[in-house]
Amino acid sequence: MAKVTMAQALNTALRDALREDERVLVFGEDVGPLGGVFRITDGLTRDFGEQRCFDTPLAEAGIVGLAVGMAMGGFRPVVEMQFDAFAYPAFEQIASHVAKLRNRTRGRLALPMVIRIPYAGGIGGVEHHCDSSEAYYAHTPGLKVVTPATADDAYWLLRDAIADPDPVVFLEPKKLYWSKEDVNLERRGALPFGQAAIRRKGRDATVVAYGPSVPVALAAAEAAAADGIELEVVDLRTLVPFDDETVTASVHRTGRCLVVQEAQGFAGVGAEIAARVQERCFHSLAAPVLRVAGFDIPYPPPKLEHAHLPSVDRILDAVDRLQFSDAPDTRHLLKGTAA
Amino acid sequence: MPVKNLRQTVQGLLPSLTPVRFVAEDGTPVAKPAPGYTEPAPEALREAYRRMVVGRRFDTQATALTKQGRLAVYPSSRGQEACQIGAVLALRPDDWLFPTYRDSVALVARGIDPLEVLTLLRGDWHCGYDPVATRVAPQCTPLATQVLHATGMAESLRRTGGDGVAMALVGDGATSEGDFHEALNFAAVFRAPVVFFVQNNKYAISVPLARQSAAPALAYKGIGHGMRSEQVDGNDLVAVLAVLTAAVEHARAGHGPVLVEAHTYRMDAHTNADDATRYRDAAEVERWSAADPVSRLETYLRARGALTDEDVAAVREEAEALATELRGGMNEESVPDLLALFDHVYAEPTPQLREQRALLAAELAEDAASPALDTEEN
Repeated sequence: MAKVTMAQALNTALRDALREDERVLVFGEDVGPLGGVFRITDGLTRDFGEQRCFDTPLAEAGIVGLAVGMAMGGFRPVVEMQFDAFAYPAFEQIASHVAKLRNRTRGRLALPMVIRIPYAGGIGGVEHHCDSSEAYYAHTPGLKVVTPATADDAYWLLRDAIADPDPVVFLEPKKLYWSKEDVNLERRGALPFGQAAIRRKGRDATVVAYGPSVPVALAAAEAAAADGIELEVVDLRTLVPFDDETVTASVHRTGRCLVVQEAQGFAGVGAEIAARVQERCFHSLAAPVLRVAGFDIPYPPPKLEHAHLPSVDRILDAVDRLQFSDAPDTRHLLKGTAA
Repeated sequence: MPVKNLRQTVQGLLPSLTPVRFVAEDGTPVAKPAPGYTEPAPEALREAYRRMVVGRRFDTQATALTKQGRLAVYPSSRGQEACQIGAVLALRPDDWLFPTYRDSVALVARGIDPLEVLTLLRGDWHCGYDPVATRVAPQCTPLATQVLHATGMAESLRRTGGDGVAMALVGDGATSEGDFHEALNFAAVFRAPVVFFVQNNKYAISVPLARQSAAPALAYKGIGHGMRSEQVDGNDLVAVLAVLTAAVEHARAGHGPVLVEAHTYRMDAHTNADDATRYRDAAEVERWSAADPVSRLETYLRARGALTDEDVAAVREEAEALATELRGGMNEESVPDLLALFDHVYAEPTPQLREQRALLAAELAEDAASPALDTEEN
C-alpha cells in the first residue's frame, strides 16, 4: 500500500498493461516525450519505446479512426483525447464505428480499445477544457463508459478497460488527478468491472454519484451525519454497464434517493438514473428522486464555475427536500376499501 | 533541403499532367503510354474482362431487383467496372480492402458470395460477409470514415512484419471530408502501406465535381500531405490495373502511401431513389457511353487476338448464370432472427440488454401462440 495520486495510478496501469500485453499501444497528442499535458503517459515512450507509445498528428478523428483500423489489425490501442471538448471531432468515428463495428459484423470484428478522456471541471480551466460529456457516450449503444473516483479504481478500472473485449470510453476526472490515496497496485482490491461501490453506508437516503462528484457526495454525507442524517453514497464506477442491482438494493434500504452529477442536468445520466430508480423502487420511495446537477448552461468561465458545480451545500439542501418531516400520504391505499 | 532535391521531391509526388492511359476510347492502343508503367500481361487482362462482364451483370441485376422491391436500395457502379475490377486485381488475397456502399461489384470480384454482398442493401443485416476471412471491411456508409481505418490497418500490417497492403476506396465527394485528409496525413507521416483509390465519377449524388473542388485534379490533394499521387483514365482497365499495381507495389515495398485518382463516370443515378435528370443532361450521359470500359477492353483484346467469340460467349454465359442464381436467392424470403438484435452489441450482453431481449422474446412467444389474432381483429 502506498499513497499515490490518481495520475500516478493511471500511469502505472498503462505501464503494467504495456508490459504484460505486447498488443497494447498508447498514442495521441503530446503523449510521447512530453508525457501528455497531464503527464499521465509520463516516461512511457522513454521506457517502452516509440513503437509502443507515440505522438500522432493533431487530429482527433484521425486518432480514433487510426485506432479502429489498428484494433481490426489485432492491436489494443489506448488513445488519449487531450480534453473533453477536444474529443468532439472524433465523435463520428466513436458513434458510427467504434460503437457499432462488433454489432455490424455480428461479432466477427471486435474493437478492444480504450479512449481516455480527461473530463469535467473544477480546475479553473477556460472554455472547451471542462465539459462533462459522459451522456453522449453513455447514450451510444456499444460503448462501455467508465469514470473512476479513487486512485485505486483508476488503476484497476483502466486495467480492466484495456483487457475488455469491447471499446471503453474512460473518463478521467481532471480535478481528482492530484488527489492522493492509498492504493494497492499489487493485489486487486477494487470491485469487478460493472459493479458499483458503496463508499459510505447510511440508512436515511442514497446518494448516487460518479467520477468528480463522489468526493463532494462523501463530504456532504460527512456534514449530514453531524446533523444526524446518515447518507449512503454509491459510486457507480461504470456508467455502462449500469449496476441497477446495487443502486436498487440501496434505495430499497433507505427509501430516499438523490443523484449528483456535474454535467448539465437536462437529458443527462442523472435523469436516466432517477427514472430507473423510480421504475424499480416506487413502493420503497418516501420522496421523489431528486437531482443535483450542473445548470443547463455552457460550462462557465473559471471565476464563475463555483456557482455551477454541485457543492456540499447544494447537496445538503436537496437532502432537506427529501421530505423527512412529512408523514407519507397513504390515502391512495384506502381507495376502494371503504365507501 | 537544396532546391534541386526539393524540385525532385515535388516532381516525384505530383501526378502526371494528364490521366495515364493505355487504351483509347475506341479500343486502340495509345501511341505513347505514360512512362514508368507496365502493361499487364494478356492473361491478367482476359481475367479482368471476365470479371468486368460478370460484375456489370451483377450490377444491372441488383438494380432490377431493387425496382422489384427485393432490395431496400442499390447504389449502382455501372460505368466504373474498370475501377472496381482493377482495384481488386491489384491486391493479393491477404491484402485488405476498405470499400464503400458503391463498391459491391468489387466485392463480388473479390470472390464474396453475391448474396452476402447484398445482405446490407437487402436489409437483413448491416454486413453479410465475414470481414476477417475475406479481408474486406464492411461496406462503409459515412463518407471517408473508412479511409482512416484502412490507414490504421496498414499501420498494423507494417508493424506486424508482413508485407500486406490496405486499399481504401472513396468517391470524389468524400475527398472533401475531413477524415479523408486526416487519413492521408497520418498515412504519410507513418509511411503506412496504404493506397487511397479515388473513383472520381463526377457526382456526389447531385453535386458536380466543380462544386466539390477547385483542385486541378483530385490527385493533387496528395502533394500537400507529402504523398505520391497519380491520376488515371478510370475507364481504361489496362491503365487502372497498371497504375494500381504500381501503387500497391510502392506501398508494399515500404515506400509509403499512394493516392490514385481515376477519372470515370457514374452512368446510373446515385441510387434507385435518385433522379439524375434533375442535375445532368442526357447528352452528357450519352457522351460517356462512348467511353464504356467493358466494350473498350473487349475491342482492345479482340484486336490483339487475346479474346475470341467463344471466350466472349462463355463469359456472358457465366454472367447470366450468376444473375439467375442471384434472382433465385433474392426471391427466397429471408427471415431475420429478431433476438439476434441483442447478441453482438457487446461481447456479453449487459444486464439491461438481457432484460430487453427477454421482453422481446416474450412478445414473440405471445405472437406465436396466437398467430391468427391480429387477422381476426382486423
